[in-house]
Amino acid sequence: MARAAVSGRLTRRLSWRVARLVDYRDETPTARTLLLDVAGWPGHSAGQHVDVRLTAADGYSTQRSYSLAAPADGDRLELTVQRVPDGEVSPYLTEVYSVGDPVEVRGPIGGWFVWRPTKTEPVLLIAGGSGIVPLMAMVRARRTARSRTPFRLLYSVRSPADVYYARELARPTRGDDGLDVTYVYTRSAPQGWSGKPGRIGIADINRGGWPPEFEPSCFVCGPTGFVETAADILLALGHAPGRIKTERFGPSGG
Amino acid sequence: MTQRYVDGNALAGPLAEVFAVDVTAAVERCVGCGRTGPVAALRVYQQAPGLVARCPGCDGVVLRLVRGPDTAWLDLKGTMSLQIPLVASG
Ligand SMILES: Cc1cc2nc3c(=O)[nH]c(=O)nc-3n(C[C@H](O)[C@H](O)[C@H](O)COP(=O)(O)OP(=O)(O)OC[C@H]3O[C@@H](n4cnc5c(N)ncnc54)[C@H](O)[C@@H]3O)c2cc1C
Ligand SMILES: [Zn+2]
Repeated sequence: MARAAVSGRLTRRLSWRVARLVDYRDETPTARTLLLDVAGWPGHSAGQHVDVRLTAADGYSTQRSYSLAAPADGDRLELTVQRVPDGEVSPYLTEVYSVGDPVEVRGPIGGWFVWRPTKTEPVLLIAGGSGIVPLMAMVRARRTARSRTPFRLLYSVRSPADVYYARELARPTRGDDGLDVTYVYTRSAPQGWSGKPGRIGIADINRGGWPPEFEPSCFVCGPTGFVETAADILLALGHAPGRIKTERFGPSGG
Repeated sequence: MTQRYVDGNALAGPLAEVFAVDVTAAVERCVGCGRTGPVAALRVYQQAPGLVARCPGCDGVVLRLVRGPDTAWLDLKGTMSLQIPLVASG
């Protein structure tokens, strides 16, 4: 066992592989899920990411990180990219990149911000905007593994139209019993929603989360400012720093 | 917006070019304040030339990585030690 694990590491230095777009789904007017085929993909854990590299005809190249949105399924990868206005890479991936086109990917990457179905402690997922992506991979991995581990997802979005994976999260999917989803709306809420739109606060995390005594694993992902706020609240509520894992996607993102 | 950093998770790809193990799961001890924590929890600034990782405790620079065309330059003088798990956790 140990030998197999080690030799796998030593023989395969992380290298760039060619991925091709097979299909895509628009999640919202500004976010697109890309289905990619990567020959010989070694598999991954929920929460890991890939680096995507684009190279122009003149040789200029640039790379960005994108979380894997779904558990491993053979050579198939799923990424969900939010278009950042004025961005270099995300407008290309969400608007220009077409079926059959190649990009280079490197991964899977990161062994810390991951959830494995062998874990049994309750899980709290806190997502801001596109931060739902790696957390959705965890929800889907839980379903695939038929795990009964209780999950709570607290998902902060601007408005109901900004929810990614909306249909999958709205009606209980087979295997998702024990998953509770709560939304926080920052700009406009759906009709009949009791509450006022606003940024995530202590009351939201108190209501949508687990008491610290349950010793949940907390995963927080989203724009840097959002992650900062949510992680500070978790600490203030008494969650142990070692149980809070964060993944910051970069600048505020509103 | 002053918080223009991401987590040490973002170092996983660049460091995988240098190390054979996932260094982001390693526990780092900061020279400045003695704080220990996973490399994944450092604050990484990507606007600098290369990548600069700062300690969440004292904000000191604990790691810098600059990638050239065929060299990687890794500065660890802010790191007292790295404790690297050699078996993947379950
Ligand atoms: C570990 C990790 C995982 C990530 N996973 C995902 C993912 O699953 N889906 C996803 O859509 N993004 C993800 N990101 C963010 C992604 O890597 C890029 O930063 C983002 O797509 C913007 O790249 P760009 O080239 O379009 O913009 P750039 O050209 O890099 O930047 C253009 C402008 O937008 C600002 N900006 C940069 N990044 C963001 C951001 N994330 N939000 C708002 N403004 C920004 C910049 O400061 C700049 O002003 C992840 C980041 C990390 C570190
Ligand atoms: Zn320090």
